[in-house]
Amino acid sequence: MEPRSSEKLKPGIWREMGLTDQEFDRVKEILGREPNYVELGIFAVMWSEHCSYKTSRPVLKFFPTEGEQVLQGPGENAGIVDIGDGQAVAFKIESHNHPSAVEPYQGAATGVGGILRDVFTMGARPIAVLDSLRFGSLKNSRTRYLFSGVVSGISGYGNCVGVPTVGGEVFFAPTYEENPLVNVMCVGLIDHKDIKKGVAAGIGNPVMVVGARTGRDGIHGATFASEELSEESAEKRPAVQVGDPFMEKLLLEACLEVIKSGYVVGIQDMGAAGLTSSSCEMASRAGTGIEMDLSLVPRREEGMTPYELMLSESQERMLVVVKKGTEDKVKEIFNKWDLEAVVVGRVTGDGMLRLTEGQQLVAEVPAKALTDEAPVYQRPYSEPEYLKEAQNLSPVKIPIPDNYEQVLLDLLASPNIASKEWVYRQYDHMVGTNTVVRPGSDAAVLRVKGTKKGIAMTTDCNPRYCYLDPYMGGMIAVAEAARNLVCSGAKPLAITNCLNFGNPEKPGVMWQFRRAVQGMSEACRKLNTPVTGGNVSFYNETKGTAVYPTPTVGMVGLIEDLDYCCTQDFKDEGDIIILVGETRVELGGSEYLSVVHGLEGRGTPPQLDLELERKVQQAVLEAIKKGLVKSAHDCSEGGLAVALAESCISGGIGAEIYSIENIRGDALLFGESQSRIIISASENNVAELIRHLTLMEVPFTRLGTVGGEELRINLMDSGCAAGRPRPVINLPVAEMESRWRGAVKCLMK
Amino acid sequence: MKFGVIVFPGSNCDADCLHAVKAVLDQPVEYIWHKSNSVDGFDCIILPGGFSYGDYLRAGAIARFSPVMEAVINYAQKGGWVLGICNGFQVLLEAGLLPGAMRRNNNLQFICQDTYLKVENCSTPFTALCHPGEVLKIPVAHGEGNYYCDEKTLKELKQNNQIVFRYCDEMGKVTGEANPNGSINNIAGICNRHGNVLGMMPHPERCAEEILGSSDGAVLFKSILASWQRRVK
Repeated sequence: MEPRSSEKLKPGIWREMGLTDQEFDRVKEILGREPNYVELGIFAVMWSEHCSYKTSRPVLKFFPTEGEQVLQGPGENAGIVDIGDGQAVAFKIESHNHPSAVEPYQGAATGVGGILRDVFTMGARPIAVLDSLRFGSLKNSRTRYLFSGVVSGISGYGNCVGVPTVGGEVFFAPTYEENPLVNVMCVGLIDHKDIKKGVAAGIGNPVMVVGARTGRDGIHGATFASEELSEESAEKRPAVQVGDPFMEKLLLEACLEVIKSGYVVGIQDMGAAGLTSSSCEMASRAGTGIEMDLSLVPRREEGMTPYELMLSESQERMLVVVKKGTEDKVKEIFNKWDLEAVVVGRVTGDGMLRLTEGQQLVAEVPAKALTDEAPVYQRPYSEPEYLKEAQNLSPVKIPIPDNYEQVLLDLLASPNIASKEWVYRQYDHMVGTNTVVRPGSDAAVLRVKGTKKGIAMTTDCNPRYCYLDPYMGGMIAVAEAARNLVCSGAKPLAITNCLNFGNPEKPGVMWQFRRAVQGMSEACRKLNTPVTGGNVSFYNETKGTAVYPTPTVGMVGLIEDLDYCCTQDFKDEGDIIILVGETRVELGGSEYLSVVHGLEGRGTPPQLDLELERKVQQAVLEAIKKGLVKSAHDCSEGGLAVALAESCISGGIGAEIYSIENIRGDALLFGESQSRIIISASENNVAELIRHLTLMEVPFTRLGTVGGEELRINLMDSGCAAGRPRPVINLPVAEMESRWRGAVKCLMK
Repeated sequence: MKFGVIVFPGSNCDADCLHAVKAVLDQPVEYIWHKSNSVDGFDCIILPGGFSYGDYLRAGAIARFSPVMEAVINYAQKGGWVLGICNGFQVLLEAGLLPGAMRRNNNLQFICQDTYLKVENCSTPFTALCHPGEVLKIPVAHGEGNYYCDEKTLKELKQNNQIVFRYCDEMGKVTGEANPNGSINNIAGICNRHGNVLGMMPHPERCAEEILGSSDGAVLFKSILASWQRRVK
């Protein structure tokens, strides 16, 4: 079926490749002639949504991308932020949703592989991986198959390469039943002087293909990622690549060694659209051209055509431009790691991507036409119809439960809140011996060897909030990520994001996308956490219904001195518990509504006051740095009661809480009001802590005391005649722990 | 005292072992490339964890044929000290320096978590500073750590005091529940008859500094140095 480049195009063939008639006309206009098959394939893949961002580009302009901490913003393989002393952190998040939906193990595994390469191609050594995963209900057997396949794929790949998987999130909701989301983030450490970019600079410099050989796998994977999943998607399994983590490990070591050697001019991963995207993007960034003889590309099988070679997404390959005359030195380094490195072409000055097979010309396309000059669409947007009805929910109609203990136990056993130990026990989260705060906390913390510094990292997004109000949901995703870092004692630095949405050709989805990006941008500006890059994944739909809008935020922060690193667990008998922030009647979009009242994704989500958020974060961070705080935990899904239970469970100690019931009890205990952090402090620091919080002008409430073996929550009537406290929750920590720890494991049996 | 850490293609705890030796002991330590034919001049060799050659066959099965392994086998037979951790333990089994074999964990999943180990033998150079029955908290991270040997071998291991570590609970009780992977007799680590070769699945290098949540692993490194100092005296 493989047409040769000399054949005349079959009418309409471009549509099968994902190009519209107008786009095809544009291709002809650019070339001044009809493209051949190879050229058409190249245009189709580079102009796919996945590679070109043709829909998202105008919207992504809302993001703030600058800040004094930013060394590399969007547009490169990964973003880079300064952490002082000549060191920096490179990080990026990416989706592998569609591949994981049809082949969960390999889909997730190659997701890890791709994001690792994005980071080490910058010259950084990957030090951590985080995953943000979304699935349907665990009661469904296909979900369990996808969930366990994805987790073992991540485990199989990451563990073998030897980069610890230290955190992330898992969220279950029916909307993801057939279109799970697999977002993988990698964080790397680099010295400023070693930063490398994906540029094909220096006319005459050799272009080398290194790493694995090219095979027939993953052809048109980027196009596959740019359409909706359907009944036929399973047949696209060949568009999913197969990963080889051992090869990746060798490639990682060899690339870092060759980058240190100083021979490298530019380097880029062959990810989506393989040899095509890496070559034209590197040329385009440098304003140069590249010519390659495809007959020189090492391959796994005989008879591969130029079309296949250019579109293959075989994994564990890199394109490297080296200084002229250093080819043999570079080969030597790769050979030491038993890898191939072959010169396939050179950098030219004419801006063309020119491909030959031996002497014969097989394609000739301006590099910029494939990248910067790709089509851009201002797609129409309008508020989706579901919204008004979904938001419309009067709290008066929600009955107040009479047994709060049962509610708390049910929430602790809900897979969205329950321990994810079943997941992270399968990930090597300690290799590298840097993991100071392990998975299961608000944020993971890694030390930087040879310094007192730590890097905190997290991923966050509550997609229910985004569904009910994408603007608010987007803001909250950023704010909560920052709050998680602050709870560990870190100053938030910057974000990367993975924007998972439905089909953007639908105005309702486009509206969600715009609103979410605007909300995130607002929060990034206010919290001074600029966007350094990320990835957009559209067409996450099954049978015509979009998934919840899911703009996942990956954030990194800096702890200057690990002696002041903070964790969520209650520490000692007699410590005083304080709630920083305010609780309002905000039940919309809560886990409580979903689990207890069967109202999934209903109501208006909690509101976020960014100024209050900033003040709360600043106050808590400074208190931690002053050594006044012994534990800090963000109040999120499940509200105050769940956050208290989690601090008890992780600390193996109880707490006695007294709270005035100034709002309805279920909202007080299980509502998800934002900008709240539960902290604990030793009795003799409390006076100073309270003085500090007062000076910082943040609202706070003294809640009670750490101690005992139960979590006891007592409510009091508001007003002056408070009366006797009424105990509403009195649960042994051990009982809460067994419900919380056992839930996911039990469902997966 | 000079340590050597073998680097196989796919080793990924090599840097961690190197760091632990420096951080805990501040002694000289170097990498030894898998293509090297000699391990002369080293006082202790560490085979680190990882996935040597991807472990696509059986864990350690290919690494055993690396040029350096011939040198390591000679070194061990002459009484040189060899510590194999995780994948290093698997390589030692495949190389015949230790008896038995590894199977996949009985739950068929990779397991990364803290475990408690009961020290059963304090007369090896690697455990000289431990007390008999001491409980150490050291993490495991493996997919194939389910140690197996036949009845006869197990009997010999017991008779010769070759079982060095067994999985136990926090109080030191060796129970089925404390066994993370189904290994026979809760075995976590064994040595050869002479006690100069130790293989263990748990990772002492991951808990050798307090900042990592436990420094129980440091006692192994300290024991090696103390034993060496005693020997050279």
